[in-house]
Amino acid sequence: MTTILIAVAALLAMAALFGAILGFASEKFRVEGDPIVDQIDAILPQTQCGQCGHPGCRPYAEAIAEGEEHNKCPPGGEQTIQELSDLLGREVLPLDDEHGDASDIKKVAYIREDECIGCTKCIQACPVDAIVGAARLMHTVIVDECTGCDLCVEPCPVDCIDMVEVKPTLQTWGWSRPPGVGNAPARHIPVVNLP
Amino acid sequence: MSLLSLFRPARTESGRKLHDFHGGIHPPQRKTLSSEAPIRPGPLSATLVLPLNMHLGAPALPCVQVGDRVLKGQILAEASGPVSAPVHAPTSGVVRAIEPRPIQHPSGLDALCVVLDSDGEDRWTALTPCPDYRDMPRAELVARIRDAGIAGLGGAGFPTAVKVNVRDSQRIEQLIINAVECEPYITADDRLMRERAEGVIAGIQVLQHLVQPMETLVGIEDNKPEAIAAMRAAAAGTGIEIVTVPTKYPSGGEKQLIRVLTGKEVRSGGLPADVGVVCHNTGTAWALHRLVTTGEPLISRITTLTGTAFAEPGNVEVLIGTPVADLLAFGGVPQPHTGRLIMGGPMMGFSIENPLAPVVKTTNCIIAAPLSELPEPEPEQPCIRCGACAEVCPADLLPQQLYWYSKASEFDRAQHYNLMDCIECGACAYVCPSHIPLVQYYRYAKGAIRQQAAEHQKADRARERFEARTARIEREKAEKEAKRQARLEANRQKSSPATSVAAATPAADPVADLKKAVGEASSAYKAAVKIAKEAEEQGADNAADLRAEADQLKARADELKIALRDAKANAPAAVAPTAQAAPADPVADLKKAVGEASSAYKAAVKAAKEAEEQGADNAADLRAEADQLKARADELKIALRDAKASAPAPTRPAPASPAPAAPPAVSLSTAPESPTAQANAEDEASAEAERAKRAQRMKALKTAFNMSHKQWKEASAALERAERDGLPDVDTHRARVDKLKKKADLAKAQLNELVEAAKADMKASTGTDLKTLKLQAARAESTVREKTAALATAREAGDEERINVLQQELAAAEQQALETARTLKQAVAEQGLSDGDDA
Ligand code: SF4
Ligand code: SF4
Ligand code: SF4
Ligand code: SF4
Repeated sequence: MTTILIAVAALLAMAALFGAILGFASEKFRVEGDPIVDQIDAILPQTQCGQCGHPGCRPYAEAIAEGEEHNKCPPGGEQTIQELSDLLGREVLPLDDEHGDASDIKKVAYIREDECIGCTKCIQACPVDAIVGAARLMHTVIVDECTGCDLCVEPCPVDCIDMVEVKPTLQTWGWSRPPGVGNAPARHIPVVNLP
Repeated sequence: MSLLSLFRPARTESGRKLHDFHGGIHPPQRKTLSSEAPIRPGPLSATLVLPLNMHLGAPALPCVQVGDRVLKGQILAEASGPVSAPVHAPTSGVVRAIEPRPIQHPSGLDALCVVLDSDGEDRWTALTPCPDYRDMPRAELVARIRDAGIAGLGGAGFPTAVKVNVRDSQRIEQLIINAVECEPYITADDRLMRERAEGVIAGIQVLQHLVQPMETLVGIEDNKPEAIAAMRAAAAGTGIEIVTVPTKYPSGGEKQLIRVLTGKEVRSGGLPADVGVVCHNTGTAWALHRLVTTGEPLISRITTLTGTAFAEPGNVEVLIGTPVADLLAFGGVPQPHTGRLIMGGPMMGFSIENPLAPVVKTTNCIIAAPLSELPEPEPEQPCIRCGACAEVCPADLLPQQLYWYSKASEFDRAQHYNLMDCIECGACAYVCPSHIPLVQYYRYAKGAIRQQAAEHQKADRARERFEARTARIEREKAEKEAKRQARLEANRQKSSPATSVAAATPAADPVADLKKAVGEASSAYKAAVKIAKEAEEQGADNAADLRAEADQLKARADELKIALRDAKANAPAAVAPTAQAAPADPVADLKKAVGEASSAYKAAVKAAKEAEEQGADNAADLRAEADQLKARADELKIALRDAKASAPAPTRPAPASPAPAAPPAVSLSTAPESPTAQANAEDEASAEAERAKRAQRMKALKTAFNMSHKQWKEASAALERAERDGLPDVDTHRARVDKLKKKADLAKAQLNELVEAAKADMKASTGTDLKTLKLQAARAESTVREKTAALATAREAGDEERINVLQQELAAAEQQALETARTLKQAVAEQGLSDGDDA
């Protein structure tokens, strides 16, 4: 009986000791991680389109951190949902199509410049200041900064803004994924089986 | 075999110990097909196409015009950055176009090219050789190399001038000349060394001079004995060591060759220079030799034409820019060629999509082979995890893992397995029994990773810009708010002295103040008289005192009245507006009446209370009188409200001008802290809050509407498509369209309601509606425009008088336009309407 008591006492003492050490260590060596909102914001695509129902990606990141569903961002699509699920330990949900459909086609705004009347409305709509122009003067889009959010199209009173597909250039072109098991890849595979 | 080679003790005749790299394969060589014929000069095409991005780095910038006549060797496009190379005319002729043309690129995309029509004369421009390069300043020689457009002729086409320009801090131990040529079929370097060994060695000496290495090694595979012999002979006595390396693919890979010759390992992501090594190609050495001896820029190269489809395979000195189709005809490939057509080697090259595309600086081989020689790829089978790929990978990777992760698009993990270190040699795909196009998977994954990185960068920039914009908007709002507050504060300060003690601060407008004081004094007098009368009636003993006090008050009121009259006379100008405003403004009058009535009522109540306390018998009467007074005050209040409603405009300044104040002299402390003014201020504040809330809600609704409207449009398009294609899910599409439409309509309706309310509000506050304001603004603006135009014509005509008149008119018009615009903007901003809302 006493042996058992001694054993229990010893274990308890050790538990208390290690607990204290661990507690101390966790205080002393605490790692200041990114606040969760920043991490979520880093995953969101920063299109700033508002399709999620928030006035930008960061507000949506804040809402997600407060418990909102993380499947409302169409520009991010499946991949963003996947990454958010990984980060937050939440279930992977299908994209909520209330907020629009995901599309892989990248687009940027293009202003037909001779039709532009210089009303500046598109400038006010653009969330990333990607349009330059001044009142009653021609406006144009800085293609490199345009996120393709679509917000400038609606306000234009003369409908001179189009969303045009971004064509691949030699710099952005990449090989496509081979067609998979059962198919021969297209001809341009360099490696041939020499007899 | 490959396992055995691991243990083969390799040592050259010169005693140099060779190292081995992991893996590697031994595909059939097929080199004799082209290696036996001497180098021939290539054809002179009628049209040459010169892509501006033949090299690695920034594309060159054209410096000739369409239609220019150029000579052979003349510069066509200049280098456009530190890592770039110029492009020269390979023959004399006329620049036909500078336009996007198909080039040899696996993407099949077009790129900007200079198109040159040759005139057949092949006339050289003036050249300046520099055989005495050893006496030249180093920088000048490097600049010469750069201006000659020399780029690595073996692999990626890295500009040679950048590579030879080693920093002084870098100690280069080995200069390695890569003459391994390990890929099947290709014999360009082999032939070059056999026939022009002296020139190659001379070129290597140029490199030696620039790099100053401790030793210079030329690595040649042991399957080229003639080349080795020729080079040995040429190199005798120069200190350049010719090293024979065992035949194994891909020992010509840069990192692999460094490992074989020196045993050094270039770390992942590092450069050879990090371990004190610089690698150059044989062809580059030859080009340097040409440059120093003749001054020729890089306008031609030796390319292998091979494959059994060529009637005359062999090596050809081709002008850069020659279309592949011309070379096929030159080599006697029967047309149309139905087999495979490959640029580069069979392991690392790519299929040619368009034979009209040109040969570039990096094109070392063109293979035309019937399908019996190079069959089409076989269908991919599932991976059986045999591990053969891992055994042959020269980069020591796990190709099978890379394949899984690339295929599943798990790029993080693929990178974790060092995907980026894959040299795309194709050894793994060569041995894979399941015919998996492994390299294409890796290329796909690498491209996707690069794209993701680029997107990430872009997203970061977008975030920054968005945040900057949000901050800016906040700041602007805060500034506006601060201004508004300041204005309010100023107003309050102007009105406060009036509500407290009129005489305390000499206000800006003495007349108004005096008037107020007179009003106060006289009403105080009246109240005092009343109280005195009551006291007399009750026979109270303080009646006499009260009476005296009342008289005093009267005297003061009279005094003030006189002062007022004087002041009015003294400052007629200042009085005019107030005097005018007062009678013309029924509301103000009414307000005053209300104030008086209510203070009279309060006084009456007080008197009644006092009488009751003293047990006076007329208490009941007094009470009744008080009630009467109250009724009157109420009546007046109602009248005031009506008046306000019917005459909205004048009420706006009302809160600023103080309501009639009560006599502070009399002890009616609870009385007239000007109840109406207070109520007005409260109203104002709550209306303000209301408006802000509405503006916010309007914005939210607008976004909602835009979004659902857009989604509705998209859904309708999808529905249309579905209907057209007869897809089964038409109904779901239709339901979605309906739902979205409803949503959009609802949002619009709510929005409209708010907009209407806001407009009504504006009408109430400004006396006009949005439309009128806008019309005014537009009119004012068009006047300005007219006047400007008229002024311009007058100026042209030189009509001095008219110019003067017009200038004045224009100034006035501009002023007005400015004002109307401001009013409009203010009204709009106040109501949270943006001017698109009346649509
Ligand atoms: S829906 Fe648009 S605004 Fe919302 S998180 Fe996605 S990209 Fe950002
Ligand atoms: S330019 Fe138009 S589409 Fe592009 S980011 Fe600005 S608002 Fe969006
Ligand atoms: S060689 Fe092919 S089948 Fe074998 S493990 Fe590698 S990928 Fe799989
Ligand atoms: S292609 Fe890449 S993975 Fe395959 S063997 Fe070559 S280096 Fe290794």
